[in-house]
Amino acid sequence: MATKITPGEAYGFFTDTSVCIGCKACEVACKEWNQLPEEEDELDFLGQSLDNTGELNGSTWRHVQFIDNVPDETMSEGNGRAFLLMSDVCKHCKHASCMDVCPTGAIIRTEFDTVFIQEDVCNGCRDCIAACPYDVIDVNEERNVAQKCTLCYDRLQGGMEPACAKACPTDSIQFGPLDDLRDRAKKREATLHAQGLKEANLYGHDDKVYGGLNAFFLLMDKPEAYKLPNAANAVLPQRNNLGGYLGIFGTAVLGLFSAVIARRQRNMGGGEDPAGTSEGERT
Amino acid sequence: MTNHWRDIRHADLILINGANPAEAHPVGFRWFMRAKLDRGAKMIHADPRFTRTSAVADTHLRIRTGTDAAYFGGLINYVLRNQLYHDEYVRGYTNAAFVVKKDYEFKDGLFNGFDPKERKYDPKKWTYETTDGGFARLDIDHPRSVLNLMRKHYSRYTPEMVSRITGIPPDQFLEIAKLVGEMGRPDKVMTIVYAVGLTHHTTGSQMIRSGAVLQLLLGNIGRPGGGMNAERGHANIQGNTDNAISWEILPGYLKVPAPGQRDLSDYVEESASKKAHPNALNFFGENYRKFMVSLLKTWYGKRAGKGNEFAFDYLPKPAGDSSWMSIFDQALKGEMEGVILSGMTAASIGPDANQVATALGNLKWLCVMDAFPTTSSEFWQAPGVDPSKVKTEVFALPATHWIEKDGSFVNSGRWMQWKDQVIPPEGDARHDHWVLADLFLRVRELYRREDGKFPAPVMELTFPYRDPAKPELDEIAREVNGRNLKSGKRLETFADLADDGSTTAGNWLYTGSYPESGNLAKRRKGVQDPKRNDPTGMGFYPEWAWSWPLNRRVLYNRASADLDGRPWDPRRAGIRWDRAKRLWVGDVPDYPPDADPRDPKAPLPFIMTGEGTGRLFSSGLVDGPFPEHYEPIESPIENPLHPQVSASPMAFLYDSAAGRPNRFGKVDEFPYVATSYRLTEHEHYITQHVERLVKLQPEAFVEVPDELAREKGISTGDWVRVRSKRGKIEVRALVTKRLGALKCDGRKVFHIGIPIHWGYVGIKTSEHWLANALTPFVGDATTRTPEFKAFLVNMEKM
Repeated sequence: MATKITPGEAYGFFTDTSVCIGCKACEVACKEWNQLPEEEDELDFLGQSLDNTGELNGSTWRHVQFIDNVPDETMSEGNGRAFLLMSDVCKHCKHASCMDVCPTGAIIRTEFDTVFIQEDVCNGCRDCIAACPYDVIDVNEERNVAQKCTLCYDRLQGGMEPACAKACPTDSIQFGPLDDLRDRAKKREATLHAQGLKEANLYGHDDKVYGGLNAFFLLMDKPEAYKLPNAANAVLPQRNNLGGYLGIFGTAVLGLFSAVIARRQRNMGGGEDPAGTSEGERT
Repeated sequence: MTNHWRDIRHADLILINGANPAEAHPVGFRWFMRAKLDRGAKMIHADPRFTRTSAVADTHLRIRTGTDAAYFGGLINYVLRNQLYHDEYVRGYTNAAFVVKKDYEFKDGLFNGFDPKERKYDPKKWTYETTDGGFARLDIDHPRSVLNLMRKHYSRYTPEMVSRITGIPPDQFLEIAKLVGEMGRPDKVMTIVYAVGLTHHTTGSQMIRSGAVLQLLLGNIGRPGGGMNAERGHANIQGNTDNAISWEILPGYLKVPAPGQRDLSDYVEESASKKAHPNALNFFGENYRKFMVSLLKTWYGKRAGKGNEFAFDYLPKPAGDSSWMSIFDQALKGEMEGVILSGMTAASIGPDANQVATALGNLKWLCVMDAFPTTSSEFWQAPGVDPSKVKTEVFALPATHWIEKDGSFVNSGRWMQWKDQVIPPEGDARHDHWVLADLFLRVRELYRREDGKFPAPVMELTFPYRDPAKPELDEIAREVNGRNLKSGKRLETFADLADDGSTTAGNWLYTGSYPESGNLAKRRKGVQDPKRNDPTGMGFYPEWAWSWPLNRRVLYNRASADLDGRPWDPRRAGIRWDRAKRLWVGDVPDYPPDADPRDPKAPLPFIMTGEGTGRLFSSGLVDGPFPEHYEPIESPIENPLHPQVSASPMAFLYDSAAGRPNRFGKVDEFPYVATSYRLTEHEHYITQHVERLVKLQPEAFVEVPDELAREKGISTGDWVRVRSKRGKIEVRALVTKRLGALKCDGRKVFHIGIPIHWGYVGIKTSEHWLANALTPFVGDATTRTPEFKAFLVNMEKM
């Protein structure tokens, strides 16, 4: 089904892990479309269940996780909850810390409301790598710039859905306008709950996780099982530290006062207090 | 497939046995998921391993490999005992009421007609009692009616017996049986999907037949959302089979002539099915001669005439067979001079790879046609082989890849889809069929210059191509379709084929694929406009490519409607009788299109068989009229049903037949059951040349059950040695809970999982062992397919 792609609207991925079959078509389609390099020394047997890719990095922008929780019973339930399969990707966060810390302005929010690293503006400082709470970004050694999923910015500009969503045979990866995707996700969650699969939960569809994720998920276990921070932890420092802000504000106010006092003192012929002055100026 | 990929979305219940569609057919698997997501279908995956298919199935049922006939047998018994079968269907659409001859017997694991010396049955002994007219006697209440014989035969398959054999606890088996039992209702329908997990056994054909028998009882054959559906392997393996890649058939499933057949009448007499019911159309049997004559006319043109039995004499009447294993068995015996390999690598794909390597080394010459180096083109320099000791002369001919040529792929659902050449051939690569054409022309030239024994079959073969050394696939497609020799026009249906020499057809099943209007396999009216392109809304898309036979999308679809021609389930109609139009409408009917179902002389619903019905009882397979469970040749237990005949009495034991010792392991020395399989990341052996895929699964490994690994102190990443009676592999272990222990006949059974994809050729494969070093050189009685899926091994940490 072709989605009409209009600049100015918000787009994203809804990744429904309950129907993922771990075929890795998304990984390969992503690498092929984006011409990502394969390094010789990466051809290793990792033994992470059936996964030998290991992680998201500068040359892997989609990565299927395999989490083996299969019980010992002869008869067991599948339904996406015993052998957890999840195609991971950059979350395109509303509160994108990578964007906040980028000193060159290389990371921007596009006209499709996605987070994009401009290769020609990135200076390879690695600040975004440290800032990303999902370990999504890495320096692509070949190009020496920070890289991650672009949500196929070039394809969106050409009116095409991202390569991974296009390749996904079971529609585990769905691309579309964010509002649509959220509706579909809620319905899917309700269906699974009605079938008794109470563990089905949406992750990042609302603003509880980093202000909301444009690439959000339906999970079949707690977020921690997929190495994702749960809602309580998935917030940027500024929201966790209201007290800290007040403290800074207080310090600033005090600084201002001290500056005023210092100036008055200087005007009165007293000693200099550069520290106090600078604090005041910065405020 | 009786049905097709897209059709799976119509099922209420999906049984998956001997298959792993999420990994082997991920794109086709979308229709399984649509059934589940759109209509709440349940998916039951019975498999020794919890795979990526089990991950999204509703239920995974751990079952011992090689025991699916017992599982299906148990379900058949449950359905019969509890009267859950579709009564009207069973009476009208199957041979349940046919009375079997008195000498039928099943005793101590053997059917009647067995010759222990030859290890062979005489299937002619499995036949019906006849009435004065020569037709079968019908009486469903007769003690020897097929239905009553079945009741007796399957009464042994109690939940407890099923459990002893398969390892599925009785209460869990009954849970599944209950779900399956509901599918006998006319408003319900179930599909069974299988793949090489059923075929790769010495009892493979019977395992598949047991599923088909269950489907007939439930009235699910011929219905959208139902059927017995084989997922084929490579993109064109269905097309290969249709066009006689198998040793026992000519194109269109005509039998290979047998010794003693002096003329066409002998051949037809011994090959074609006979009418067993006055209302049976017996279409295949009645037209057998026409199909064969048209094939001979295609091959021998003007040289095939009434005077010479249409050149029937030119065809070989082999006493032996040329199945895959038989070819290498002959090489082992020094009876094979040379082998040409095309599109496969013998060194990797066959059982007992070490023995196959010996066989390759016994040849004078070996010619490998492939787009890439293969383990066969390089076997003389494999690790541990001294090239100076290999006498075989090896030729590697660079062949084009399918992406470098046009032609057709026929998918599992029998759709013939034409494709274009994407890129021109690289370097000196030539098409396989051009190499063969060139070779043929040179052989014929040799005959012309030097003469030879029996030259006619070679000298007189038609070769009607513009450039005989370079036939176009389009020319061949037209030739396969066939034409009327009087008008010169290509035919639209095999119903127009004749036995007087006035028609040709390279494969009668494909007649109609390329009529005068053009190559129908090129049609692409699909989901761009579902309203127009799928008028029934059933997903038939009649103008998308072309489906054999006659563009029919669901085989046996007459059985999708009741005796009056009303669909069993109007929401999922296959065809229905339109009283106003006096025609069958819907899919292309598998029935005379204007035959009124209320006419007392109306043909019976299964028009191809001599009975006019589906066969619950059949003499079509060589190892028994009813499917029966036999243990794999290497098994951890004796068959609880009949320990004295534990394995199939007809499994073909090549080694002992050739005077070599059988090398089969016993459970005391080789305590674990092994099964070999493919992973989603690779395609057979060819993708070892594709970097992206090698990265996804870079190295050979075996999957080891968590519990066994703990016993043996093995962790993931450790090197282990896995040995069978025939060979060993030394690879890494992947410890997983997806493989667990089973209790079979009181014994704890562990499975070791062995993915097959690696060898000594490719990007990162220089020192890899061949998985098939472990597998036994033994084949199914009917098809000679090797037993890749069940054998015994031992394992130790290195």
